[in-house]
Amino acid sequence: MNYTFIALVENRPGVLNRVASLFRRRNFNIESLAVGRTEDPEVSRMTVVVDCPNGDMDAHKIEANLYKLVNVIDVQDVTRQPSVTRDLALIKIKVGPEKRAEVNGLAEIFRAHIVDVAADSVIVEITGTEDKIEGMIELLRPLGIVEMVRTGQVAMTRGVNDGVRRVPGVTGNRYEDLEELAEMAP
Amino acid sequence: MKKTGAEIMWECVVREGVEVVFGYPGGANMPIYDAMLSYPIHHVLVRHEQGGAHMADGYARASGKVGMAMGTSGPGATNLVTGIATAMMDSVPVVFVTGQVAAHLIGGDAFQEVDVTGITLPITKHNYLVTRADEIAEVVREALTIARSGRPGPVLIDICKNAQVEQTEFIYPETVKLPGYQPVDHAPKDSLERAVKLIEKAQRPIILCGHGVLMSKAEEALMQFAVKTQTPVASTLLGLGAFPASHELSLGMMGMHGEVHTNMAIQNSDLILAFGMRFDDRVTGTLKTYAPHAKKIHIEIDPSEVHKNVSVDVPLVGDLKTVLSDLIPMVDEYDHEEWKKQINEWKSEADTRSIMNWEDDGKLYVPHLIADIWKATGGGAIVTTDVGQHQMWTAQYYQLDKPNRWLTSGGAGTMGFGLPAAIGAWFADKTQEVWAVAGDGGFQMTAAELTTAVQEGANVKVAIMNNSFLGMVRQWQEFFFEKRYSAVNMLSPDFVKLAEAHGVPARRVTKREEVDEAIAWARSIQGPTVIEFRVEQEEAVYPMVPAGAALDQMLQRPAR
Repeated sequence: MNYTFIALVENRPGVLNRVASLFRRRNFNIESLAVGRTEDPEVSRMTVVVDCPNGDMDAHKIEANLYKLVNVIDVQDVTRQPSVTRDLALIKIKVGPEKRAEVNGLAEIFRAHIVDVAADSVIVEITGTEDKIEGMIELLRPLGIVEMVRTGQVAMTRGVNDGVRRVPGVTGNRYEDLEELAEMAP
Repeated sequence: MKKTGAEIMWECVVREGVEVVFGYPGGANMPIYDAMLSYPIHHVLVRHEQGGAHMADGYARASGKVGMAMGTSGPGATNLVTGIATAMMDSVPVVFVTGQVAAHLIGGDAFQEVDVTGITLPITKHNYLVTRADEIAEVVREALTIARSGRPGPVLIDICKNAQVEQTEFIYPETVKLPGYQPVDHAPKDSLERAVKLIEKAQRPIILCGHGVLMSKAEEALMQFAVKTQTPVASTLLGLGAFPASHELSLGMMGMHGEVHTNMAIQNSDLILAFGMRFDDRVTGTLKTYAPHAKKIHIEIDPSEVHKNVSVDVPLVGDLKTVLSDLIPMVDEYDHEEWKKQINEWKSEADTRSIMNWEDDGKLYVPHLIADIWKATGGGAIVTTDVGQHQMWTAQYYQLDKPNRWLTSGGAGTMGFGLPAAIGAWFADKTQEVWAVAGDGGFQMTAAELTTAVQEGANVKVAIMNNSFLGMVRQWQEFFFEKRYSAVNMLSPDFVKLAEAHGVPARRVTKREEVDEAIAWARSIQGPTVIEFRVEQEEAVYPMVPAGAALDQMLQRPAR
């Protein structure tokens, strides 16, 4: 199952490498990773989607190991939190003038935009959840996708954050129910 | 006041209490070496940077302070790598400072340029690449803070040559700003209460004492807790010495070469109290059958260790000494007479197989020699080891009553650790007697540091247990590879001549009756000595839990 983590990190050279290296070293597969600035110039924000074959136990390991990195200020597992997640894709389709209308029609249904038109191709921009983007890709595929790029998922929880720095196993989070977690052990 | 980056580095480390540095100069750290002359630092010129790293490690383990080692860029830094990994695996606070090529040359494959922060990223607690002089003060402050606090560990600072020579205004940073680094001291109250409930219910509890007890200086708290609840204490390899071996509640070492009764006690316990240990595969045996009846309480400062190998019922994340101090008043007194009696029965049964009961047949067995050194030194020396059979025998038979005297590479299992760690330990306290027990294989990996010992007058006693084999690999080949010996026959130099060529007095012991006199001779000399013991070639370390077997499936020494 895929888990989504938000990590606030110090905006310094090499921090992305530290985070990526950690996943490699602890043998976890990153499904997507998006990094960008935040409202605070000293802080960057990462949204990491990771495959966790052992469910919550893996999620706990990832959270605790991220927390161990000196440059990581806060980690939040938002997998089961009410949150908004978005991915953006640019999809180039090889279509001549005769089929542009068809693409345009699809784009409207998905609330996507055609952002570039050339003699033999168009570029469609779509924003949304992963499911929505996958759905559109499936429909566009028969028309001839020649190039595609995706930003990877970004996420934000709903409502105002409590501002409390979480420490796995210490401050309140769902891993507190440790007896339950113990039963899930391999 | 303006100072060069190199001067600022020394200003900061001196203020942090660093007095001795183990290192090796080269092109990229010459400004650091030049500035060092103006500061109250004793520099030990090592013969190989790996030796320097182990010395700083040994110094840190024996003194409880932060060790410091240096190397130049490129090969100087890569030679440190084994020592850095050793310190990382055993959570030892060491700061490594390496020179780096000038910032404008980075990425251009300049002479002696190696991406040191890249290489050491997974084997340091944290590392820094410093490109400007005005970063140095903060970085050094942070590095020492990170190295010694929380779960300690090595921190590397890679300083570009231009940053060493540039001048900048020096302001000592009074505070350290690390928003992402806040180790936790106290465990939450409700977790403590849950732990107390488990302790109340327990009939067969056992404490597993790890390196964290020493790192947190929680020896006294451990004693109070163990005595109040009358809970027997088993120790990991690195936890030895944290609880007195002669105490009636002490069970000695657990794990692959642990005591029979200790492993039996773990497997039959109904409550495991894991104090500052991480359930390494060498102490658990196969996880499928590990301590099947036991509830588990884990006091651990590093949240990533909780549930890592063994999932536990109550984790108490925090500083061990603090958590224990909170916990002790909450628990009642118990006696656990039945349980202790049961463990003693296992112990008496196992003792009949002990090699210590063997009659003298004139041959040299390492366990006997370790017991002889123990007797001669009153059990009070600092003892370092290499890795392998002699290491396990020393762990089993050099029975420690006091902490921070047992220095061995546990997690990394680094051969060549013993001699340099002993030299480092001597610098921690020059009045202490220091013995380095090594095998013939490991000794040859860092034997060049004998000259370092001579140059520094380090009063280090080396005991080489020479069985002409890479003993532990040989033992595994005997047990698990049908005795097909592959690459374990070791030709060694004449160790006595080798030592003497370094200017170290040395002796060879081949007979039982020469042993006591040789040990006494070594102890009578001020300065380094070497004794080579020609020991039985094909002895095996018992008991042994084969890799992948259950902890109570031990191979025991055949009856004699």
